[in-house]
Amino acid sequence: MTTASWPIQRRRQRWLVAQRMAVRVFVFLLLLPLAGFIILPFLWMLSSSFKPIGSGIRFPPQFIPTHWVWSNYPLVFQTIPFLTYMRNSIIVTGGVIVGEVLSSSIVGYSFARLRYPGREAAFILVLATMMIPFPVTMVPTFVLFNLIHWVNTYLPLIVPAWFAPPFAVFLLRQFFMTVNRELDDAAKVDGCNELRILFQILMPLSKPALTTVAIFSFTANWNDFLGPLIYLSDARKFTLALGINYLRSFRGGGDLAPQMAASLMFSAPCIILFFLAQRYFVQGIVTTGIKG
Amino acid sequence: MQSAETQALQLAPRRRGLGLRRREMLVGYLTLSPWAIGFLIFTLGPMIASLWFSFSEYKIIQAPRWIGLANYQRMFTDDLFYKSLQVTVYYTVTSVPLGIVAALIVAVLLNQNVWGARIMRTIFYLPSVISGVAVSLVFAWIFNYRFGILNYILGLIGIHGPDWLGWRQWALPAFVLMSLWGIGGNMIILLAGLQGVPVTLHEAAEIDGANAWRRFWSITLPMISPAILFVSIMSIIGSFQTFTQAYIMTGGGPAYATLFYLLYLYRNAFNWFEMGYASALAWVLFAIILICTLLALQVSRSSVHYEGE
Repeated sequence: MTTASWPIQRRRQRWLVAQRMAVRVFVFLLLLPLAGFIILPFLWMLSSSFKPIGSGIRFPPQFIPTHWVWSNYPLVFQTIPFLTYMRNSIIVTGGVIVGEVLSSSIVGYSFARLRYPGREAAFILVLATMMIPFPVTMVPTFVLFNLIHWVNTYLPLIVPAWFAPPFAVFLLRQFFMTVNRELDDAAKVDGCNELRILFQILMPLSKPALTTVAIFSFTANWNDFLGPLIYLSDARKFTLALGINYLRSFRGGGDLAPQMAASLMFSAPCIILFFLAQRYFVQGIVTTGIKG
Repeated sequence: MQSAETQALQLAPRRRGLGLRRREMLVGYLTLSPWAIGFLIFTLGPMIASLWFSFSEYKIIQAPRWIGLANYQRMFTDDLFYKSLQVTVYYTVTSVPLGIVAALIVAVLLNQNVWGARIMRTIFYLPSVISGVAVSLVFAWIFNYRFGILNYILGLIGIHGPDWLGWRQWALPAFVLMSLWGIGGNMIILLAGLQGVPVTLHEAAEIDGANAWRRFWSITLPMISPAILFVSIMSIIGSFQTFTQAYIMTGGGPAYATLFYLLYLYRNAFNWFEMGYASALAWVLFAIILICTLLALQVSRSSVHYEGE
């Protein structure tokens, strides 16, 4: 390399850095309005929940209320049994999470660690069932639960999750495969049986994957609308998803402000959970392709 | 002298009285059983029952009565079946490609080491964690003809916005627009794909004089084509099952303009208790989804690049 080329190269490098900076600024400016489009409905929901009754039918719409009122939140509690619905949602969601994590861990362990004829075929079936649309089994499953008098209870919403839902099995199986096998071999030598290996070695080491399963299960079931709509007919047994829709049928509940207050309270757990556990969400989507 | 471990290894099978391999098989089937039982009761059983119902007249109070192909023949003369199929197909062929292109654009932009990439990613994914119900309630107000913020903003730039959910020709476009709000999940999958593209490939192409556009078409796109295929199939499957938004925002109206297939199926099954007809509708839906998936895989055979081939 000749000495003369040095300044040229440095100038070229500086130009490249400047170019890169320009690209970053440009991309940022491109993304800003798109992000605005995404965030606007959230801000609208938040600000509208503090507007006085009747502001839903005001023109022009206000982005920031001229006077803030808190009354929409108590109004929601007076109109629908919000806390009862919340308890119902917690029962269903909690029941599902416990069952899904336990059963999928056991089955995931089976696929990841044990060898037996038919395992590969069963695993392909697990993958295939992920593609079967819910409506195909919806009608006969309802007929079945109707037959055993489970309709209008939470059992049809909870019990199927205790039989290892395929997404969770797949995710846990993938994770267990990455855990060093020597650990369970060592435990086996020490006289541990398979259950103890799973519960005392694999599961503690798989906390990230178990957390991912649990939070996806949480958001999916907290937000589920069609399931409760089919199975719950008694208004006292509604989950929150049905409850906040039910709010609309009441006097005063049809207005913008209480609806937004209810929607916000309903969505808050999912939003908070997302901010606390963002990396688990991202990890889960990337491994399994669930979109939440 | 033998170590304790090897001694234990040799003793283990004899002590348990079962061959290690047989024991492993037994435990294997036991641990597989939660899934196997669930598969029989909640997937395979219902699928067989559903197929049987689809050839029956079944109104839940009486036992199913075999009527052969009558339910399937009924679809040919059922205007609402055609309408719901048309609505759902229109929605799928517009919202899925638009959504994937949008998700890809955002993913590519986010992949440029942009300022605040993390917070941006969070914002774009956020809609995916909240519910169809809450989203539908918010958007029902946003789309409001006279008082909604969408028409207000359009008004600011001189466009007189339509009555989105009240006019036949605008209701479905409103749903498509709303679907674009939820591209975050796809975006994250594509972003992960983009981050897996080796930098060395880009550098090599850059040295060879390929510009950014060329590099995107010849390197990035082929490298992430498996992710695009995956996202496409999942989006098509999801789009054919659109329900909550239509149930809450429009109830299928106006004039059946948003009568999504699943909404029509739901009404047949749970409002009119036409379980037989609903099951036939479900199987047609399943067939459509299966054909779409196979078509996507067929198309992909020529255009999707898998590493190591």
